[in-house]
Amino acid sequence: MTGTEIPEYPLARTCPFHPPAGYARYREHGPVNPVRLYDGRRVWAVTGHAEAREVLLNTGLFSSERADPRYPATSPRFEAARKVRNFIGMDPPDHTAQRRMLQSSFTMRRINGLRPGIQRLVDELLDAVVAKGPVVDLVPEFALPIPSIVISELLGVPYGDHAFFEQQSRRVASGTSTLEESADAFTQLLQYLDGLIQDKERSAGDGLLDVLIAEQVRPGILTRRELVDISLLLLVAGHETTASAIALGVVALLEHPDQLAALRADPALLPSAVEELLRFTTIADSVARFATADTELAGQPVAAGDGVLVVLSAANRDDTVFPDPDLLDLTRRARSHVSFGHGAHQCIGHNIARAELEIAFSTLFARLPGLRLAVPLDRLPGKDAGGVQGVFELPVAW
Amino acid sequence: MRVIADTNRCLGAGQCVLADPERFDQSDDGIVVVLRAEATDPAEQEEVRETVSHCPSRALSLAD
Ligand code: SF4
Repeated sequence: MTGTEIPEYPLARTCPFHPPAGYARYREHGPVNPVRLYDGRRVWAVTGHAEAREVLLNTGLFSSERADPRYPATSPRFEAARKVRNFIGMDPPDHTAQRRMLQSSFTMRRINGLRPGIQRLVDELLDAVVAKGPVVDLVPEFALPIPSIVISELLGVPYGDHAFFEQQSRRVASGTSTLEESADAFTQLLQYLDGLIQDKERSAGDGLLDVLIAEQVRPGILTRRELVDISLLLLVAGHETTASAIALGVVALLEHPDQLAALRADPALLPSAVEELLRFTTIADSVARFATADTELAGQPVAAGDGVLVVLSAANRDDTVFPDPDLLDLTRRARSHVSFGHGAHQCIGHNIARAELEIAFSTLFARLPGLRLAVPLDRLPGKDAGGVQGVFELPVAW
Repeated sequence: MRVIADTNRCLGAGQCVLADPERFDQSDDGIVVVLRAEATDPAEQEEVRETVSHCPSRALSLAD
């Protein structure tokens, strides 16, 4: 195969909720295909659902260590991310140790305890949306503040600073940020969180960061810098992705009126509807690993040091697992989607995201039965290739 | 059929509790607690198989 034949990764979506048509080329030779990244590096794109799980489960053979130069960067922002070290970019046992510190804050019981507060928040936001009257942009008025307020309260980060941390998070997560832009955004967020944690060391609040200061930093288990790096991940991943999932889920439902009608007719469909919307929209397009030893994936030899890109959006459209994968079907069994990843690094906040999505969708469509897009679908500004997927604006009327 | 949980592998993210709250629970530190290990009738066994396959850390397994 000559270099020019190898397709590039990533491509931009043309429809906000479908993977780019060009991703079909990543399946040309089966579930594992070579692709070329922005920096010219050739890596393996994994598009099969079984192979995706296989890679994500085997942390020994497929490393997440971002500081290692063998870890592939899919866009310049990942180069900037290398100096921020937290569990998403670490292998066991270091990964396991950090994750265990956070576990008790993410149990089903704790998350169910958050539900009444999330419901109140969603109700209040919708009061404000209604008061503002159509046309309203649901991104800043609804999709973004829900997860942003929830994660701020959970961590003990003042929501008053949201304009700052939301903007910097966007710069961190955008696929088109240059190396300088994302490095600057990381620096600003790290300085902010370092200052916040120093304040908390002097006068404790009641958020998760305060708990981690008392239980991990004071006894010398974690350094302050490590806690700063962990809190950056929790803050950014806690709102940027869920905000996109809410907005894109609303778009997908509005564009599939039969499915929306089915959900309205049967509220018991809500949990499976959320799983299907997560599968269908796949906000995080891919996650990267590198092989630590020579191996084979679906018969394809993979050499030690090779980059491996698990294309979550493609694995979620694997027709051997999800028949008619490009159809949105809220009744299908979609729970085996890999939108939160799989294995040891599966998103720690997945059940908070589910709670937020359930409450956001059910309340929004009950409160505004006539909801519709205020601009045609192809006029919605979509987020850039390879970063968090979604729409920058979502003007609606009712 | 019985379901067995390896609490050392459990990540505690609660996928099993989400899928089958009558069979699985979590301790306060998030680690899986099996409330009911036995699955006898075929429909129940099918459900357990599916829940086991969703565990992201392969902490759950089946035995006869
Ligand atoms: S699904 Fe697996 S990892 Fe998650 S709580 Fe249950 S046993 Fe633990």
